[in-house]
Amino acid sequence: MSDSHKTEIVPDHTTKVLTDDAGFEVAAHPRVQEFIFSAKRFLSNPLSIIGLIIILGFALVAIFAPVLAPPENPENPYRIPHAGWAVEPQAPSEENILGTMEQQYDVYYGLIWGTRSAFRIGFFVVLANLAMGLVLGSVAGYFGGLIDEVIMRITDMFYSIPFLVMAMALVVAIGRGLNSIIITLIVIQWTTYVRVLRGEILTVRENDYVQAARASGASHLRIITTHILPNSIYSVLIVASMNIGVTVLAAATLSFLGLGAEIGYADWGQMANTARNWIVGPPGNRLAYWHVVMIPGAAISLFVLGWNLLGDAARDVFDPKMRRK
Amino acid sequence: MNLLNYILRRILLMLVVLFGVSLMVFTIMMLLPPGMRVAVYVHNEKITPDQLETLIDRYGLEDPAPIQYCRWMGNVLQGDFGYSVTASAPVTQGFSRYFPITFELMLIAGPLTVMVGILLGTIGAVHKDKPADHFTRVFAIVGYSLPTFWLGLLLLMLVYGYFGIFPPGYLSDAGKNIIFSEGFTNYTGIILVDGILNWEWGVVLDDLYHLVLPSVSFVILASALILRLTRSSMLEALGQDYIRTALAKGADRRTINKVHARRNALIPVVTVAGLLFAQMMAGLVVTETIFNRPGIGQWIVRAALQLDVPAIMFNVLFLGVVFVTVNLIVDIIYAYIDPRIRLY
Repeated sequence: MSDSHKTEIVPDHTTKVLTDDAGFEVAAHPRVQEFIFSAKRFLSNPLSIIGLIIILGFALVAIFAPVLAPPENPENPYRIPHAGWAVEPQAPSEENILGTMEQQYDVYYGLIWGTRSAFRIGFFVVLANLAMGLVLGSVAGYFGGLIDEVIMRITDMFYSIPFLVMAMALVVAIGRGLNSIIITLIVIQWTTYVRVLRGEILTVRENDYVQAARASGASHLRIITTHILPNSIYSVLIVASMNIGVTVLAAATLSFLGLGAEIGYADWGQMANTARNWIVGPPGNRLAYWHVVMIPGAAISLFVLGWNLLGDAARDVFDPKMRRK
Repeated sequence: MNLLNYILRRILLMLVVLFGVSLMVFTIMMLLPPGMRVAVYVHNEKITPDQLETLIDRYGLEDPAPIQYCRWMGNVLQGDFGYSVTASAPVTQGFSRYFPITFELMLIAGPLTVMVGILLGTIGAVHKDKPADHFTRVFAIVGYSLPTFWLGLLLLMLVYGYFGIFPPGYLSDAGKNIIFSEGFTNYTGIILVDGILNWEWGVVLDDLYHLVLPSVSFVILASALILRLTRSSMLEALGQDYIRTALAKGADRRTINKVHARRNALIPVVTVAGLLFAQMMAGLVVTETIFNRPGIGQWIVRAALQLDVPAIMFNVLFLGVVFVTVNLIVDIIYAYIDPRIRLY
């Protein structure tokens, strides 16, 4: 089967027919056609729709957090309100619809505002890494030679220490807290983006159109931004979409181990951390503290699951190798 | 390039990477104030501020970084990693105390993870788009979406809390009494092995009893990676011409799946062994913390929480060395299996 044959089997229904003023048919811009094709592929997979619904749901919760759980102190909304310092978590009641954690922090409030923390961690880390990956990956892949060798050996070094252990060491060095976790994850995870983009650029670099651009005297920057990146960026976008879930999971794990935010901060990982003391209830009612254990963990799992489903879908839709299959 | 040349080249490259790893560990350490780095050299918890000054001076903790690096590396190469507060012993002693507990869990859970992953991956590929395949896919999605700590907490809450079986910890009190008694000889430090060598089957069973929950939670989460890879690679193998040839010759389906497809499908799976190892280390840190097993993972967490710098640095360095070595071995095995690799 030749390649030209493959490109001919683009389904016809993706070509949206538009008409101009005189009533003649005009094909939509190729990018629009491609976008419609992508959207249709995306929506044809039930798993990606489930992922989309989950993430949209969380996004709504994050956006309307001030309405769903009005903060007592608008200056510092991430502080979970608590009534008293009694140690034992209380079961769900009229006052606290999802019960309270250790020291009477309200689980419902933490759940709602924790959504914002989760989005913040995921987006910050992934966007920063994407930027680093684009710059370093383009430079390494496009210029090659010594600079490539240096950048790739540095990524090798980052690759050679198990991720969580490295993260813990870094958090210790720069101090605990949610911001430290964000910085740490940025420092550690950029290598994947660089590797993937560089590999992709190596295959694009020698194409005829790049040679042509070079021959016609285009600057390096122009060649990279208009000829190379548009043809290789999908690979890192896929990595980015798959990495949001991984990032949030890693941050939650660090928080759970006690390296994240302080007690009472609306962060799911930190909430799960306080649950460790309340796994087993008093005699006669062993599952008395189920809400402390279940709720934060379920939120994290659902959030990560949503992003993983979206990431898988993004790979199927955007990866040129999977796309037309 | 022949295999020997390839191996030599890889070992040289590994040395470069190891040097880089040591530089990274050193850089992380240098982010800390000199007062905290003193612990790498001095083993006394009661240091007054005055003494601290002299100590910082004596060990040159404000010298230029390259000089400090050489001095630190000199100590490391001699096996002196400093004193660990969390282990209340020199780092190397702490390591030999905690490592067997971790090793034991890996010994049980590691092979189980690989077997479950390969088995479910094969089933998924052979029964593509049938109920069995859907089950394996859900299993994989759960495996990489559930936080390790949450699965562990849930298992503890339900199995131990509600049903009262499979407690956390590494041995019951009775078991500990036996292994710490006079008559019990520590051959390896690995309780499972020592129990058998001392003919104390009660200890062995007790030990296995405590290993059930950690292993289960570990396998569920860690096998997802192998499962997905085996499944996709197996699907590819099943579509090859030699499978059709075998079918045409009249070979039966089971033989084809096992001998013709799976053997070829497992080649790429070898490459993720390194990745799997890193994932296992992360899994161990959390698993040991939740199930209260005093191994390396739990030690690292305690060290991180109590700012026990020497212990953290040692473990990062140690795991880095192990990881790099594992990757080297994987690459060599891969080059041996697949001669095309040696060309690069």
